[in-house]
Amino acid sequence: MLTVEELSFYYDPDRMILKDISFSLETKDILCLLGPNGTGKTTLLRCLLALNKMKSGRLEIDGCDLTKANIKKRAEMMAYVPQATVMAFSYEAREIVMMGRVTHLASGGSASREDRKQVDEAMEKLGIRHMSRALFNEMSGGERQMILIARALVQQAKILVMDEPTANLDYSNQVKMLQVIKDLAEQGYSILMTSHFPDHAFLACNRAVLMRDGYIMSQGLPEDIVNTENLTKLYGTPVCVTEAKLDYQDRTIKVCVPVMN
Amino acid sequence: MKIRSNDYFKLKILLLVLLALALFVASFIIGRYAITMKTVIDIILAQFFDIPQYWDATLNTVILQVRLPRIMLAMMVGGALSVAGASYQTLFKNPMVSPDILGVSAGAGFGAALAMINNSTWWEIQTVAFIFGIIAVAAAYLIAHMFGDHTITVLILAGIVVSSLFQALISIVKTLADTENELPSITFWLMGSLGKGTMNDVYMMVPTLIISLGMIYFFRNQINTLAVGEDEAITMGVNVPLVKLVVIVSSTLMTVAAVSICGIIGWVGLIVPHLARMITGANYSKIVITSFLIGGAFLLIIDDIIRGVEGVELPLGVLTALVGTPVFVFLLSRVKKGWT
Repeated sequence: MLTVEELSFYYDPDRMILKDISFSLETKDILCLLGPNGTGKTTLLRCLLALNKMKSGRLEIDGCDLTKANIKKRAEMMAYVPQATVMAFSYEAREIVMMGRVTHLASGGSASREDRKQVDEAMEKLGIRHMSRALFNEMSGGERQMILIARALVQQAKILVMDEPTANLDYSNQVKMLQVIKDLAEQGYSILMTSHFPDHAFLACNRAVLMRDGYIMSQGLPEDIVNTENLTKLYGTPVCVTEAKLDYQDRTIKVCVPVMN
Repeated sequence: MKIRSNDYFKLKILLLVLLALALFVASFIIGRYAITMKTVIDIILAQFFDIPQYWDATLNTVILQVRLPRIMLAMMVGGALSVAGASYQTLFKNPMVSPDILGVSAGAGFGAALAMINNSTWWEIQTVAFIFGIIAVAAAYLIAHMFGDHTITVLILAGIVVSSLFQALISIVKTLADTENELPSITFWLMGSLGKGTMNDVYMMVPTLIISLGMIYFFRNQINTLAVGEDEAITMGVNVPLVKLVVIVSSTLMTVAAVSICGIIGWVGLIVPHLARMITGANYSKIVITSFLIGGAFLLIIDDIIRGVEGVELPLGVLTALVGTPVFVFLLSRVKKGWT
């Protein structure tokens, strides 16, 4: 279980970037972090991942103080899935995934059969095994994102931190990605993701955190807090949360629609 | 079936080792004294076994004290510059980075030139070159961090700035040097040559290479992760500051050792890593080996050409550029997709 308590961060004490951020992430939780651009979501992720050093607050995983843990220990507890970008050199997909094994390799040693097996299994699990020899740079955005998830899985951390896993993806790939995230949570992973689609909180997540100007505006179940009033306030523009009845099923789902005057 | 550059790694390495060995032996017959291959092999074997000497005694000197160190140095310098180039390219996520682009050669060149006009010993030249090589890289790195966080363009610009600065300083040293002896020796030294290489240089180069390559090889998997960026490497549990230090220290050590033995040699460190990627794929833990073998063979071939041309000793750094530029254009036409 990840516990964040009163985390603060700033570059300049007069301009706080993150103020008293507190939340927790239980096993099998999928937490969706929502908020407008420039509100500190990415900075929060960077603080959790030790890429930025938090100024005050507590950060614990199962009672272990993360601010005192070294980089290797932290990587074994928490893995990061960044937004996929193109690389300078043409690596094969499986080589990218293998990078996730780096801390598990013996000092100065090479990848063992066991490491390769884990890479294959992670790719199998995500349905991308057939692409293991494809060049990362020649893959589509959705495929690259899956490769990076596989890399996080072989790292064998139970908490996955994902920076906008559905950004730049079409509907089909968004749904595929959310399904993968749900499946991973079923298998015992805890997932912390950021998103610019409040709908995704309803589709996949069991917890939502609304962040604005560096503080948490509201947190709780998506059904409770992702509503017209909160989203309008969060984004500073009219957003309507309404129910849509699906044509071909006897089922209604909640949808979020930005409203233009 | 299409053979991918990542396939048959061990076989390719074996073939490259055999190629390097063949070149190593063949290189002994090139030069002013005509020697048959059989004599060369017998002279070398005579060092270890009891073989009756049927050849002229001067051939012993030619083979063991002139050609042997020169051939060994060509391979070691070529390999060292190539591994340094490959390491910098991976560290800075940029295919255009070479040891020279970061200013290490110019810095080391300035240090060596400075030591030369002060009548320093070989050891002092080596030490001063090393220190200035480090200063140059550190300066480029600090300038880039001051102005552009992590952007690669700024780093390259910083490298160009530092290179230019040290080139200017080299010019000042040249102006101050006496024109009878010091200036010509600085000038020829900066153009690169293996002509003055002795066994002492070999004894200096071997431990430098063993230490640098050992460190780099030990951390090869960690260095490999830097290809996706420093931040991502940290989240994978890699001690990035340490690994960066290893790359910079090892690459600089290898480059300044090479530069102080044979002057400034461009292009090798830039193009050989690309040849290596074409043959065994982009993975750093592989190209660190491939680059060394190809780089060694490449510089040996170039030095063989120099030794084979009669009447004039062409500067090594000039010939690497002459051969390197067309090779680079060929590479550009081959790997369009790999570079973006």
